[in-house]
Amino acid sequence: MTFLPLIGAALILCVVGLRASGLVPKAMADQIHRVIALAASSAVLVLAFVLWRGFDPDNPGVQFVQHARWITAYNIEYFVGVDGISITLIMLTALISFIATIASMPWWPGNAHLDEHHFTQRGVAGYMAMLLILQTGMMGVFVALDMFLFYVFWEVMLLPMYFLIGIWGGSRKEYAAIKFFLYTLAGSVLMLLAIIGLYFNGPQEVVDGRLVHSFNILKMAQWGRAGGYLAAPLVLGFTFVRAAWIALFIGFAIKIPMFPFHTWLPDAHVEAPTPISVILAGILLKMGIYGILRVNFAILPQATKWAAPAMATFGAINIVYAAFVCLAQKDLKRMIAYSSVSHMGFCLLGMSAFTQQGIDGAVLNLWTHGLISPMLFLIAGVIYDRAHHRNIEGFGGLAQQVPEYAGLMGLAFFASLGLPGLCGFVSEFTVFLGSLVRWQTLTILSAVSVIVTAAYYLWAIQRMMLGKLNPQYSTLPDVNWRERLTLYPLGALIIVFGFYPQAIFTLIEGSLRNLLLPLQ
Amino acid sequence: MEHADNIARAIEVSWLWLIPAFPLLGAALNGLFGARLQKRYGKPAVHTIAVGAMVLSCLVAEAVLWGKIFGAAPSDRFLENHLWTMWQSGALKVDLSFGIDPLGMVMTMIVTHVATLIHVYSVGYMADEPSYWRFFFWLNLFVFAMLLLVMGSNFLVMFFGWEGVGLCSWGLIAFWYTDLEKAKAGFKAFIVNRFGDFGFIIGLFILFWSLSGSWSSSGKYLPERRLSGRVLGTFAEPARLSQNGVRLGPTVEFRELRNQVVDEKSGVAERLSHMQLWGVPVLALICILFFVGAAGKSAQIPLYVWLPDAMAGPTPVSALIHAATMVTAGVYMVARLNFLFALSSAAMSVVACIGVLTALFAASIGFFQYDIKKVLAYSTVSQLGFMFIGVGVGAYWAGIFHLMTHAFFKACLFLGSGSVILACHHEQDMRKMGGLAKYTPITRWTYLIACVTIAGFPVASAFYSKDEILWKAWTAGSLAAPWLGQAIYLVGAIAALGTSYYMFRSYYMTFTGEYRGGSGHKDKERLEDPHSMAAHVHAHASALAHGEDGAQVAASTQPHQHDASHGAGPDPHHGGVPHESPKSMTYVLIALAAASILAGFIFGLPSAWTGQEPLLERFLAPSLPAAELVKFHEEPHATEFLFQLVGGVVIAGGGWLVARILYKDARSTAPARLKEMFPRVWALVYNKYYVDEIYQATVVRGALLLDRVAYWFDQNVIDSLVNFIALLGRAVAYFDKFIDEHLVDGAVNGIADLTLNGGRALRRLQTGHIQSYLYGALGGAIAFVILQYVIR
Repeated sequence: MTFLPLIGAALILCVVGLRASGLVPKAMADQIHRVIALAASSAVLVLAFVLWRGFDPDNPGVQFVQHARWITAYNIEYFVGVDGISITLIMLTALISFIATIASMPWWPGNAHLDEHHFTQRGVAGYMAMLLILQTGMMGVFVALDMFLFYVFWEVMLLPMYFLIGIWGGSRKEYAAIKFFLYTLAGSVLMLLAIIGLYFNGPQEVVDGRLVHSFNILKMAQWGRAGGYLAAPLVLGFTFVRAAWIALFIGFAIKIPMFPFHTWLPDAHVEAPTPISVILAGILLKMGIYGILRVNFAILPQATKWAAPAMATFGAINIVYAAFVCLAQKDLKRMIAYSSVSHMGFCLLGMSAFTQQGIDGAVLNLWTHGLISPMLFLIAGVIYDRAHHRNIEGFGGLAQQVPEYAGLMGLAFFASLGLPGLCGFVSEFTVFLGSLVRWQTLTILSAVSVIVTAAYYLWAIQRMMLGKLNPQYSTLPDVNWRERLTLYPLGALIIVFGFYPQAIFTLIEGSLRNLLLPLQ
Repeated sequence: MEHADNIARAIEVSWLWLIPAFPLLGAALNGLFGARLQKRYGKPAVHTIAVGAMVLSCLVAEAVLWGKIFGAAPSDRFLENHLWTMWQSGALKVDLSFGIDPLGMVMTMIVTHVATLIHVYSVGYMADEPSYWRFFFWLNLFVFAMLLLVMGSNFLVMFFGWEGVGLCSWGLIAFWYTDLEKAKAGFKAFIVNRFGDFGFIIGLFILFWSLSGSWSSSGKYLPERRLSGRVLGTFAEPARLSQNGVRLGPTVEFRELRNQVVDEKSGVAERLSHMQLWGVPVLALICILFFVGAAGKSAQIPLYVWLPDAMAGPTPVSALIHAATMVTAGVYMVARLNFLFALSSAAMSVVACIGVLTALFAASIGFFQYDIKKVLAYSTVSQLGFMFIGVGVGAYWAGIFHLMTHAFFKACLFLGSGSVILACHHEQDMRKMGGLAKYTPITRWTYLIACVTIAGFPVASAFYSKDEILWKAWTAGSLAAPWLGQAIYLVGAIAALGTSYYMFRSYYMTFTGEYRGGSGHKDKERLEDPHSMAAHVHAHASALAHGEDGAQVAASTQPHQHDASHGAGPDPHHGGVPHESPKSMTYVLIALAAASILAGFIFGLPSAWTGQEPLLERFLAPSLPAAELVKFHEEPHATEFLFQLVGGVVIAGGGWLVARILYKDARSTAPARLKEMFPRVWALVYNKYYVDEIYQATVVRGALLLDRVAYWFDQNVIDSLVNFIALLGRAVAYFDKFIDEHLVDGAVNGIADLTLNGGRALRRLQTGHIQSYLYGALGGAIAFVILQYVIR
């Protein structure tokens, strides 16, 4: 119902965009492409808002379901719907995509700093089309309730991302793109194997008079909860549920990214153009956690219980290890990228405690990190567009020259380091509260990161913004209107959700409680 | 259902939120539009907003005090204002709500009133600051955060304020951020406080869970099913009530927690007292973790190091944040949680011992400092130590009383030092002062009054508060060891002696003898920012000086004239005769000095004198239910009089006498000789026992080393592994290609084709060939499907 226009719009507009490029002059075509992309992503934002208004938070099940037969031979369906977890991520996707689209516009008074090599000026049609396809893929992942459909969307999302980094990226873009692609693909292969295993060992039903297996996630979850997968044959010496769990988990963990599969992320971020970093950090990383909840937790609760200590340990390693790595960074964007690794660790730690607070905090963290990290990358983009480098130590005293930028940077940094009153704190606090009860040592170790995180952010502010003004930057312009359009909404939402995160908790709590019931 | 008396019931007052709202509004206006306002309408627009917001906030606080608190019976003095539920996750329900009980009322009054005075003072002090609006933005925001801290009805709102004041402290210490040293001082303050916050939140977590279950000896959580719900952390509905109608189960609300613990029928206190975690009584653990938080904010050993550096901020900031309000937050928190601390004699002993050690330690560092603000900073650390003795031994009201008197006299001292610093043209070194009594009479008298107060002479308020604390320490009966209280008394008495000495030392060095500044100062000695507050104040002040002392006109006009151009560039010859500060500053000094004297008579005349409990103790009683649990030895009034005599006359007088002999009029050469006789000791104390250096060598170095190791590991181990695997893949592809071309020799089959394409893609990193990977993935999947069928 709501998703047909959404996906359709994105796809059709891509085609239109591609067509138009041949018929009209290049400059005009570029503008048309931009307008189309902007219109499409704002339409999606509006629709997501409508969806949210129509969503009933008291119903923990899936809503707005759409069913259609797709590949009857294997009983594959086009089956979509949303529950409390996916609705939050859909809103996030719509919002961040919209902001990323604005950030892809070359609107800059006088265009003084924009040459034709700037990413917003090169291959506009392709870029905008890729952006829209990417958006479709992301939305699809969050609404899909058929395992096959889920996998298809998962892969759909991969390709545009590869091209967006590989074509519009920085100096080492090819290396970063191929690393990203191969890494994620390796995960996808494991995932696919596990999905096929789940299919063949899963529930059967009669369709058109034939007894067939089903890719339906809800049915699989029911089957898994009832212990249906426990009877499956051993795989490589592991029981089937554990083997499938590990394969799926690695597939998702690469996306999170979890230590030790995280090294693609800093490279991808550093090379990607700003809006792509925004999407990468704001949405793509969330898919790993979403997948673990939707597949591992829901379908394989027995194995999830078994693997909880490992999840918690990796979560804690992510948090602390990446925080220390951040402290050593000289490149602003690389530091922010590692901070994402650190903050995504909160999700793993919180989920693995199987408490209401832990898992609520983990999902809220998807939302809050989804607001904060795009803002951080936009902040990094602002300075890169002007100074053409991101070396933290190459600045100094900028607060005098660009006070508005300094204020926004302060807001984003303090949000990320978990200052109460800004939304990062809420998820951090709730996760730690939930996880302490089960993982005391790990939680206390992880909580040390609040000190380290404060240290690297404040240190970065100090080195870039405070002290005597570096004379090299005495003419640096402050943020312009396009950047304000992207930064202020995020900043406002960060404050709003710092004082009223209940808007999200209301949506997710019921669905997550259902997820936890078989785990205790 | 029968209600026990000691259960606190809330009365909803829907307008309490106005108190913090006004400063927030002021901060928002100045933060968003301040720069433009200042440009268009001048500085008065900025400070009208800021001071106006504070006055309104004060008025509302007064209205609460007179209308809602005094008008009500003691049991009806728990006001609450619930705004909205910020978040709820299972049993965790976090409301944005304010609560004012007598304790909160005292704190709110101190914060709003002292802050208003300091705002007024800042109008004069900061008059020449170009970023005037930014200063008042931070100052208003600070008051807002501080009010969240003292008015928050639960741990979370308190923690919002707790970190909020830390943020503002960072912003204000680093206010003159162009000087990197000041920026670093702000950084240090924030990070050291984060160590404390870490303790705070871990303590809160353990407390939260201990309310709905217990812990096994291995640390495993054993939930009490009726309280923890079906999924761990959700409530079982309906929540269980005690016989007295107190809702049980985990909570973060102070009042609910208090009721659970105070209500004997609930059994919570009993259960908590017997609970252990990691072999430690859980209550002691919780309280000590909270105290770690308090030690961070209130600058106690071992986390006090940030406070002396925090003096890099403008002096009004030092007075407001680093003396009167923010640093007392830890004391307030311990008093707020009195019902928990009173149940654990171990925690009480830790608090009292750390307090007394800090009091002595910091006082001894104060002996030899030359920077007037540093002396006051260490004095603050030391006085906070006294407050912790009070709340540690169980004399909660006395700790809060000292907090209140300290807010007055220390604010007066700091603002006085600000006036002195201005008078001496941004000189902070006391060796370059002297003889200021003649030039700055109002500052001199107010400073002297405050010194008399802090030293503890019986005419002024600190006598009543400090001696009450020490007396309670002497008679304390609830500490871990019976002799501990007396030991604390003795050490505390020495610290008090030291206090009297170093305060009068600073007075004599600054105000007596001959003025030693005169020729101005060099750049490196400028501790306050050179651009900050030069011309306007000086011009204003010189006008004052002319009026008062005609003989000085000739002398003072000349040097002051170039003050007007002072902001424009470095001025090595800046100097001249000291001058008194403008009226907006001196009036504030007079008000605070008066409060320093009077607070003692009004609030805290000892019961041994009047026969009834002091006003403040009676007023605070509903908030401090644990005061009845804590035991003190009965001692005859005669003994108490004796102790007061010792405290008020011998200790205060002794310190004063030594300081007078050594430092009055800078005549005695004894200080210099003593310094030569014990150079090692002097250097050790002067360098603050090298604690900063030790931290630098251990904690800071350790962290920096660790981050480099982690990054090295990331780049050279993990990433290398990834690249190695990629290399391996390429090698296999090349190998396959070799086999393909030379052995299979043109025989086309699907798998070889696949590897060939893969090899090319990897070798050239070309974008076009990536589809083959998708084919590969699909091919593998299909192979797996087929395999599955075959196996079956």
